[in-house]
Amino acid sequence: MCSSDIQVDVIVPTHTKYLDLIGSLGESVVKELENFSGDREALAYQLNLVLTEATANVIKHANDSNHKDTVRISIHLQDGLLNIKIYDHGQGFDLDSVPTPDFDHPEESGMGLFFIRSMMDAVTYTREGDCNVLEVIKYIN
Amino acid sequence: MNLNLEKINEFSVLTIHDERIDAHNSAELKEYILQMIEGGESHIIIQLEHVRFIDSSGLGALLFGHKHMVAKSGQFALANIQQQVLSMFELTRLTRVFEIYTDISEVITN
Repeated sequence: MCSSDIQVDVIVPTHTKYLDLIGSLGESVVKELENFSGDREALAYQLNLVLTEATANVIKHANDSNHKDTVRISIHLQDGLLNIKIYDHGQGFDLDSVPTPDFDHPEESGMGLFFIRSMMDAVTYTREGDCNVLEVIKYIN
Repeated sequence: MNLNLEKINEFSVLTIHDERIDAHNSAELKEYILQMIEGGESHIIIQLEHVRFIDSSGLGALLFGHKHMVAKSGQFALANIQQQVLSMFELTRLTRVFEIYTDISEVITN
């Protein structure tokens, strides 16, 4: 069990130049874990990737060429439970209708959500007020 | 994007100097690879030694290059992939699709 408690909230414009910053937050969270006995490099990569993919997905669907829209990312770690929420103002999508990639006939797109699902323990996408929220959970032991 | 193209024997070696390939620069990489292929390069090696992070759009850009090169019966290889980046290829089973070398010298001396 990790004793570190972390709360990070970030709001950035929907521009891909912020992906590096957002992804690096995931790596920073791993550095702060006090009693994590697993593979830190792998976990850092996973959180970087999940944050990058989720934020890039919001940016892609923001339909906002002037980058006036924003994406909010909330990271909360308590008692070994890592909870990441990504808020968007887009039209939303049906999480259950997103297919698993066909690895026998790989396509150039459609792998992002697969990565998120593969690396996290739970993924939900719900409506909260005027926002959609992609919530991902990982148990960190 | 920080790219360096070098000709070694019949190989065009494209070294990516950026640490990240993500949705911010993957379209540029894709375009660069397309220009190489359309410019007549038939043996392309992508040198990934400096890349410590790749996302789905980065994998997509490389897959785009692979598919275009296969269509022209050329060679599209990847070399010097860092372990965490390689794990992305393994997770998506793209290790079965790409020609991957531990070190660039393996391709050039083959």
